[in-house]
Amino acid sequence: MCHPAWGRALTAAQRLNDLARLRRVRDRIDREYAQPLNVEELARSVHMSAGHLSRQFRLAYGEPPYAYLMTRRIERAMALLRRGDLSVTEAGFDQWAGGHPSSRLCTTSAMTVVTTLSTAPASGGAPPRPANSRCPAPISVSASVSTSASAAMRPISRSMVR
Amino acid sequence: MDITIHASSLPHDDPDASLVFYRDTLGFEVRSDVGKGKMRWITVGPAGQPGTSILLAPPAADPGVTEDERRTIAEMMAKGTYGWILLATRNLDATFAKVQASDAEVVQEPTEQPYGIRDCAFRDPAGNLVRIQELR
Repeated sequence: MCHPAWGRALTAAQRLNDLARLRRVRDRIDREYAQPLNVEELARSVHMSAGHLSRQFRLAYGEPPYAYLMTRRIERAMALLRRGDLSVTEAGFDQWAGGHPSSRLCTTSAMTVVTTLSTAPASGGAPPRPANSRCPAPISVSASVSTSASAAMRPISRSMVR
Repeated sequence: MDITIHASSLPHDDPDASLVFYRDTLGFEVRSDVGKGKMRWITVGPAGQPGTSILLAPPAADPGVTEDERRTIAEMMAKGTYGWILLATRNLDATFAKVQASDAEVVQEPTEQPYGIRDCAFRDPAGNLVRIQELR
């Protein structure tokens, strides 16, 4: 018979293994956000069903994988807009649709986010991601930059994609 | 005041795997290696820079950490939200090619960031995010 402690250890090890698979999905979204990605394929790559992946990803990271992907794309589009040399449409189509201008994203509220942001006052070079983001603020960034713009924008983009 | 940044620590969950990553893949030298099993403290650092080290340490080794906290730390490491470090190199592309050729997980190809730097990112075997920035 199996000792109860072994069973608990096995369960814990399985849980960590599952979390590591979710991490790989999240990293892949971060790496390939500009490619066409879908939840079924992401799930297959870590040997999970799409439903299981979505539920577990949401439990681990607070939002399902598709919403996380949209968040990443919006962050990227916002960064491109701040750079100032692309139009809203170029930033949106270039970064969001993964080469699919007919993507739902381009025609939904997410477009409104960037349209809204593009008419907001200039951010003065605010860091592109907030402090709680996994992407660290660059060391070389000027100490005088304002964080108010990104702090104000973040809740908008988050709520729009949920 | 004459203070240097001497060492900073990253957690490991498989000391041998972490050792292989930092020694063989990143090319760091091993400066000390004490303890055994999972309770190992391994000091590594870049050759020619003896004043700066990374201490690869067992997570939650402090006896004041509760069982619940220990489990949370292990889970955060597994899901990739616990430890991270920012390294830098003059030759980002060669470094990226070398790390990519190992079995390390790539998180980001060398990318020009809108905030004025160029960097790439990997996971170490313990799930720590290793971001490498180009010096220019």
